[in-house]
Amino acid sequence: MARAMTRHSEAQSIPVSFTLNGRLHEIEVEPHELLLDVVRDQLGLTGAKRSCDVEVCGACTLLVDGRPVSACTTLAFEVRGRSVLTIEGLAEDGKLHPLQQAFIEHGGFQCGFCTPGMILAAKALLDENPNPSEAELKHFMHGNICRCTGYKKIIESIMAAAKKMRVKA
Amino acid sequence: MVQYERLVNVKNVTGLNEITVTDGSVTIGALCTHHQLETSAALTEKLPALKKLEQNVANVRVRQVGTIGGNLCFAEPHADPGTLLIALGAKLITEKSSSKREIAAEDFFVDAYETALEADEVLTKIQVPVPAANGRSAYLKFGYLERPSVGVAIAFNLNGGVTGVKVAVGCAGPAPRRVAEAEALLEGKSKDEAERNLAQAGAVAGRAAQAISDLHGSQEYKEHIVGVLLKRAFQRALS
Repeated sequence: MARAMTRHSEAQSIPVSFTLNGRLHEIEVEPHELLLDVVRDQLGLTGAKRSCDVEVCGACTLLVDGRPVSACTTLAFEVRGRSVLTIEGLAEDGKLHPLQQAFIEHGGFQCGFCTPGMILAAKALLDENPNPSEAELKHFMHGNICRCTGYKKIIESIMAAAKKMRVKA
Repeated sequence: MVQYERLVNVKNVTGLNEITVTDGSVTIGALCTHHQLETSAALTEKLPALKKLEQNVANVRVRQVGTIGGNLCFAEPHADPGTLLIALGAKLITEKSSSKREIAAEDFFVDAYETALEADEVLTKIQVPVPAANGRSAYLKFGYLERPSVGVAIAFNLNGGVTGVKVAVGCAGPAPRRVAEAEALLEGKSKDEAERNLAQAGAVAGRAAQAISDLHGSQEYKEHIVGVLLKRAFQRALS
């Protein structure tokens, strides 16, 4: 359900300085603007998706200071002074992150709509717990919904990436 | 759509996101996030049933930014913490510019989306008594939708029999409710007698839930689930 952004003429612009995908950004947002809209429309990063719009599906998951949040339910100004990671910022120097690589190798996506959110949530999981049990993985990922895969390949992808990342560390 | 004259971000108020333990109670700041609560050493040690509840609120993103105060004051019927806080005998501390008061959790939830807060009051802390060494409690919930459909909490002291019983049901009706009538069927009974009364206590609690038929299930279904959860919560509390 796309929603057109309404600009309120009497709203004040707020300057927001924040780190986005490792680089300092300085933008202006209106107080009511949602992080999801600013990231997609103002910054052109369309990996994060609007889906449920009420914080339950995970398609808009971004990492703020390394922790997963729903961009659809975060006001843009709330990232002032913080660091934000989108899916576009995961690969380094053109080299895919082990999670991205694993999702490709293990068939962790079909239509791909939930995938940016899935991968970012999985990154937050593995940053917190590099060796999760399947139960721990399922608990953490419980809020990321996929309509295509039935989740089995997603779990396999994350576990495979976790294994690779533990070996490298 | 809700219209506000002014929307104030209370998350900038300092000092409201601490968890402190004094003798006999754990005081939780209203701005503590569910994530803070689920990872709190104090809760793990003193209030493990509440820690487990917080671990299972919504999803990881909601737990990251959502606060216990926001949860309680929004008073969405399909929520978890209120039900257990009632069974644990929690007190909600509220403040306005000139005064403070305490509201028992069981008196806080008036109706769906309606609390006992006055227009110029803010919830600042939640005070939860630390259970006695022989205290037992459990919270169980049920649902397949994004929010829980039925929640049941029980707390009691175990000393030969069960005493100080508190039973609360939530999610099925407009607000979480303490169910004194169900408590009376268990209070002062031996463990075995209490177990025999669980079915009746469950039926009483189910009716007290004020369940309505909706997407979450029919009234009868929810009442039935309340009974199932009460039995299981009692067993869980004992284990």
